[in-house]
Amino acid sequence: MTAITTTEPEALNFECETGNYHTFCPISCVAWLYQKIEDSFFLVIGTKTCGYFLQNAMGVMIFAEPRYAMAELEEGDISAQLNDYDELKRLCLQIKRDRNPSVIVWIGTCTTEIIKMDLEGLAPKLEAEIGIPIVTARANGLDYAFTQGEDTVLAAMAAKCPEKAPVIESQKQERNAISQLLNFGKKKEEVDADESEYVKHTPLVLFGSLPDPVVTQLTLELKKQGIKVSGWLPSKRYTELPVLEEGYYVSGMNPFLSRTASTLMRRRKCKLIGAPFPIGPDGTRAWIEKICSVLGIEPKGLDEREAQIWAGLEDYLQIIRGKSVFFMGDNLLEISLARFLIRCGMTCPEIGIPYMDKRYQAAELALLEKTCHEMGVPTPRIVEKPDNYNQLQRIYAQNIDLVITGMAHANPLEARGINTKWSVEFTFAQIHGFGNARDILELVTRPLRRNNSLKDLGWGNLVKNEAKV
Amino acid sequence: MKLAYWMYAGPAHIGTLRVATSFKNVHAIMHAPIGDDYFNVMRSMLERERDFTPVTTSVVDRHVLARGSQERVVDNITRKDREESPDLIVLTPTCTSSILQEDLENFVERAQLDAKGDVLLADVNHYRVNELEAADRTLDQIVQFYINKARKKGDLESKSEKPSVNIIGMSTLGFHNQHDCTELKRLMADLGIEVNEVIPEGASVHNLKRLPRAWFNLVPYRELGMMTGKYLQKEFGTPMVDITPMGVVETARCIRKIQEVLNAQGADVNYEEFIDQQTRFVSQAAWFSRSIDCQNLTGKKAVVFGDNTHAAAMTKILAREMGIHVVWAGTYCKHDADWFREEVKGYCDEVLVTEDHGAIGDAIAKAEPSAIFGTQMERHVGKRLDIPCGVIAAPIHVQNFPIGYKPFLGYEGTNQCVDLVYNSFTLGMEDHLLEIFGGHDTKEVITKGISADSDMNWTKDGQAELNKIPGFVRGKVKRNTEKFARERGIALINAEVLYAAKEAVGA
Repeated sequence: MTAITTTEPEALNFECETGNYHTFCPISCVAWLYQKIEDSFFLVIGTKTCGYFLQNAMGVMIFAEPRYAMAELEEGDISAQLNDYDELKRLCLQIKRDRNPSVIVWIGTCTTEIIKMDLEGLAPKLEAEIGIPIVTARANGLDYAFTQGEDTVLAAMAAKCPEKAPVIESQKQERNAISQLLNFGKKKEEVDADESEYVKHTPLVLFGSLPDPVVTQLTLELKKQGIKVSGWLPSKRYTELPVLEEGYYVSGMNPFLSRTASTLMRRRKCKLIGAPFPIGPDGTRAWIEKICSVLGIEPKGLDEREAQIWAGLEDYLQIIRGKSVFFMGDNLLEISLARFLIRCGMTCPEIGIPYMDKRYQAAELALLEKTCHEMGVPTPRIVEKPDNYNQLQRIYAQNIDLVITGMAHANPLEARGINTKWSVEFTFAQIHGFGNARDILELVTRPLRRNNSLKDLGWGNLVKNEAKV
Repeated sequence: MKLAYWMYAGPAHIGTLRVATSFKNVHAIMHAPIGDDYFNVMRSMLERERDFTPVTTSVVDRHVLARGSQERVVDNITRKDREESPDLIVLTPTCTSSILQEDLENFVERAQLDAKGDVLLADVNHYRVNELEAADRTLDQIVQFYINKARKKGDLESKSEKPSVNIIGMSTLGFHNQHDCTELKRLMADLGIEVNEVIPEGASVHNLKRLPRAWFNLVPYRELGMMTGKYLQKEFGTPMVDITPMGVVETARCIRKIQEVLNAQGADVNYEEFIDQQTRFVSQAAWFSRSIDCQNLTGKKAVVFGDNTHAAAMTKILAREMGIHVVWAGTYCKHDADWFREEVKGYCDEVLVTEDHGAIGDAIAKAEPSAIFGTQMERHVGKRLDIPCGVIAAPIHVQNFPIGYKPFLGYEGTNQCVDLVYNSFTLGMEDHLLEIFGGHDTKEVITKGISADSDMNWTKDGQAELNKIPGFVRGKVKRNTEKFARERGIALINAEVLYAAKEAVGA
């Protein structure tokens, strides 16, 4: 380290490598989205390769009669001997007959891109013919990585949200699923009384697919500040998509939703509240504060709330304080997780990330930088489109305590005595809000706790000759 | 287009990768978009591999779509050649490269100029072959390449002095392949046969020139190795033994065939006493067939589904060695269906060749067997229908990569098969005995089938009576009763109707 960097705060350092890294294909988003949007059906239009990936990546979910299927392209489809429209119509009618969904989501893949199948053009025609809305999302590996799949789906769904708040009472009911959920079992007067707890503000819609319990937690968290959440994109059901009028505020729940954010701003004329993401107690607090400041509300009780959460984490913090963490990068949650772990007392030399949208993540990046300075640790290098081979060399050289990585590298690293945590778990675990900070640390500390129970056994390295990577 | 939820055999590139990564110091480079390297995850998780899977991707992205891969593939090959100095780099096409139709062969030639190791393009087309066919082809291709190379150099080795064998077809992610390999080596040692080479698992490509040393080639699996075996037969006249030594009878047949090919080449071996000893005292399978346990299985119904090798062998074991009634046996190896039909002829009532798991689920529901022997998919169908299932073939999960020694081939394999079969059936029996003696009588659900569902109405007392009938015949009684009612135009089935039906069929 040079003299300058020790006296003056360093800025974040961005790099870009070869893009030769391991991650999941973005079509994996159907795995969580079909469960989130209960009346949907996801049709992945691709090849055996796509199907094989989904089948293996989703494990036992495959056997639970999932509401997703492959439209497997055959040679006749590729060479245009078969008519795309007729083929899709045949399959969609079959789906309508067997499952009767409220929406069919077409997931375009690499193959539909290469053969230039005009899904966006076919969808409206077929939609009119069969009477089921069709949403088209191009979640392919040519353009996107893993969680960005959700981004393409939500961006497409943003176009389907109703434009005007319904005036008829029955429709209001239908669209207001969240408040109904929160008001469940309450009398009419109580509900009205509840309404008075909110400050009057421009409607706020949150976007990002989160498990229902997390939705409830975050909605209630904002309610404490008098902020009303008018809707979520996506909702539990396609028929409950939130109203998006011009001038509404929107806020993203996850760092990988940049297309959705720009669609909401440009196409739906909504105003984006650019905040850090509610991951970790520090992130959750910053997220609430930012929303409050935009809506002109004085946040209350956040100091105590955050302090109380941190106090509850102390046993886990003791395990990781002073240890180093390395993100190989595969799901775009990396910046937020690193920021939280640095606040927890870890050091982080490198954050790999598939794609870095500096505008959408601006507030999160600023918080990361601030956190590093406050904790007195060097800022990480942020490596976009990393090269896994080079990263492994850097991991060996730096003696990292914990590597957060995909399953392709986890076992080989463990065999070489390097602790790993499987990164995909962070996308499926509940990690948002104050209440779930413990879950993140539960994941992060697991390999280290495992080590405590194995530490005296003395077989850390389990490969024969220090093999080349 | 085809609506598909589940597939039995994977895409072609998986087969190529399985073969390439089975060899030592061979690296595969996929020409594929981001995310297609899921093979690495499977190998790392299912096989619990300690080493990094030697597969990287030459990424196909938007730029490649616009301008072609250009230098990228060549750069990636030469880079990997420098970093890890593999003996061979196999450029692996995927579904994406199949339609991009770039001249990958040209990239390989250019990369070969700079690379120290060898470079090959796997000759597989995604739209024409599946995982198994691709694996067979790739192995054949690699073997031919190195045989030709050695021949040019005059490096080929000639027949060994003592009888020796190549074991062909052991590969990574193969069903119990590692255990089978150990068992076969043991068997060869017992027979006094030197194991010349095992390919591809653990083999070095430099040793492929030694393949002609062997007196014969043993190809235990129908799916992987046949092409290579035939090539070596044509090229060097090395006979191929392609009888899968799975089950007592087939193991004996395999050994007798080995005896025949060795003696034809001037060895003087007689394995009859060995077979007799092993069959009667080492393997417990022959004795099991005679025991009371197995007698109780006589005539019980089973269905079998899997790849050609395992489904055919299991069908024969069940029918011929245990007296079990195989209602139908099936395979998903459509490309090789005739072989399967021929193999199981006379050992099952019906043959089912399909890749449609829905059709298989329905066929299971209809047959109502006491046990299923199939893949993980059939195991889940079994769960839903309350029928036990022994897993005998890929697709498989991590629990089918046991750490303990569990071969399916050879004499120890026969013991494992006995356990698998017997445990499947007794578990089922236990369950039913519990029911007969009032174990779980509170069950309300009585429909068993996925497709065997009916539209008939049952009264409360009819249901109650039906529930009293032991589970393993309940489905049948239900169907017979409904048939009876339908024939007589009875809309509502009560206890009376149920017993009337019972009397009518004389049960």
